[in-house]
Amino acid sequence: MSRNAQAFEEPILEVQAALEGLKAQPENPRTTKEIQKLEQKLAKLQRDIYANLTDWQRCLVARHPNRPYTRDYVEQLFVDFEELHGDRRFADDPAIMAGFARFRGQTVAIIGHQKGRDMKAKLYRNFGMPRPEGYRKAMRIMQLAEKFRRPIICMIDTPGAYPGIDAEERGQAEAIAYNLWAMARLKVPIAVIVIGEGGSGGALALGVGDHIAMLENSVYSVISPEGCASILWKDASQMEQAAEALHLTSRKLLKLGLIDSIIEEPLGGAHQDPVEMAKRVGDHIAAWLQDSFGVSDSERVALRYQKFRAMGIYSEVG
Amino acid sequence: MTWFIKKSEPIKVQKEKTVIVPEGMWQKCPSCREIIYRKELVRNDNVCPKCDYHFRIDPKERYDSLFDDSRYTYLHTSVRSTDPLTFKGLKKYRDQVKSLEKRGLEHDAVHVARGAVGGIDTIIAVMDFNYLGGSMGSAVGEKITRAIETGLEDRVPVIIFSCSGGARMMEGALSLMQMAKISAALARLSDAGVPFISVLTDPTTGGVTASYAMLGDINIAEPKALIGFAGPRVIQQTIKQELPEGFQRSEFLLQHGMLDAIVSRSEMKQKLVRYLTFLAPVTD
Repeated sequence: MSRNAQAFEEPILEVQAALEGLKAQPENPRTTKEIQKLEQKLAKLQRDIYANLTDWQRCLVARHPNRPYTRDYVEQLFVDFEELHGDRRFADDPAIMAGFARFRGQTVAIIGHQKGRDMKAKLYRNFGMPRPEGYRKAMRIMQLAEKFRRPIICMIDTPGAYPGIDAEERGQAEAIAYNLWAMARLKVPIAVIVIGEGGSGGALALGVGDHIAMLENSVYSVISPEGCASILWKDASQMEQAAEALHLTSRKLLKLGLIDSIIEEPLGGAHQDPVEMAKRVGDHIAAWLQDSFGVSDSERVALRYQKFRAMGIYSEVG
Repeated sequence: MTWFIKKSEPIKVQKEKTVIVPEGMWQKCPSCREIIYRKELVRNDNVCPKCDYHFRIDPKERYDSLFDDSRYTYLHTSVRSTDPLTFKGLKKYRDQVKSLEKRGLEHDAVHVARGAVGGIDTIIAVMDFNYLGGSMGSAVGEKITRAIETGLEDRVPVIIFSCSGGARMMEGALSLMQMAKISAALARLSDAGVPFISVLTDPTTGGVTASYAMLGDINIAEPKALIGFAGPRVIQQTIKQELPEGFQRSEFLLQHGMLDAIVSRSEMKQKLVRYLTFLAPVTD
């Protein structure tokens, strides 16, 4: 566990370890009191540390190895999930998972980036970095949802689209571009939830929806802080400054009008209580589904257009 | 004991090809290193007579060569970049924008103009690499979106000459979202049956390639242009291998089915007129 922890989590982990040690002992009034005290200390510690995270530290939380991934939410929230594979053109890309499932009685399409937990799974999922066939699979499932009139839920969690020779050969740029174009035209409701890392175009290719939410500690950015630092500071180790400058946190993006809502995370981040986190995501989806009923298809497409049309801050002279 | 010894050579980063424009009479071709007489280069549409490398040209030169009698009107010139994130890298973004405007680059990284091309009323957007590497920020996104919307309202075909390193980092996710904004506008244009032709020039990478540059009814490129999603250096750092010869050049993209044709500068107008005629909306 501590091997995975980020440096700023160390004090939390120490108290957690002490607590576990105490709880393992036979119960007596003294330890009970001690446990109570430690639990209060832990809660305060988590509150303090998480209230004062730097933007870079939030990137680390978004990338936390124990953070729930798309599959974790699918398992917690949906019943009868059936994964559907392949883009029907070239291959199946495990960096994106897609399929249909039932959510509180209603059938929905669910599409999301998928990272791997252990090294073998990480390699299999290509660290959540899709190739073109991943985006084409995603679009195929979205078009199925359109045909059979089922709402679409997209979960974003990727460092970015895969930068490799094969990906370029098969049209990484075209695959992303086509998704942006086609998602703007879909008539069915589309919810987008950034659950971890929103890495640039590779994230946006699943991100053109009617409602865009971010988990509190997730990030969404045009470039990784490391990449930005190496270009604009000529030094990749300036990523802390770059993270601050890029405005990639949920609160900053809400202020800029680029997202619609923030889903608060349990104390200490989603990875501290994945069950509670999934419950909150579920409640968010349920409320969104409820809201989307009253809107007609043409109205929905027009609203989605206006939403993205309004994005951007510029000035006008004369 | 190891059977194979891994040579620990540092990753070779290809030196950026910089075009030093001398005041003098001669210019070196960044592709074949030939020394070319400037007047000859200009006579040859700024194309290297030896290797056919297409030098980057100013939007104005592009317009003069495309619009009939070099007559056209600029559109949407009032849109300017601001500094929404008060971004400061090694330089302040605000200062960069100011000094570019002082240098007379008030069009930001994209110019929009309207005029007749072979007698066909056409809107042409041309990106300018001299303005922060042709990067796409909010102003670029807004200008291109307005160009598309004008095309939609007046049922006038739209052509975009891309030349860009991608989204503008200094505006963060605001830049990223321009990809979605422009693509959504193009979807409307497409539904209305108004043609959009994308012309990719050297270089077109990142968020520009991964949005409008790849969404043309017809996608064409100038010869030997660098075109890709990820830049070659990023790919090299990721896979730690030498990249194949000609990788991510126009010819490579044509071979892999991403382009309809490669069109040299001397033929550009003639071909565009032909495409516009083929795709002209049928009036009934």
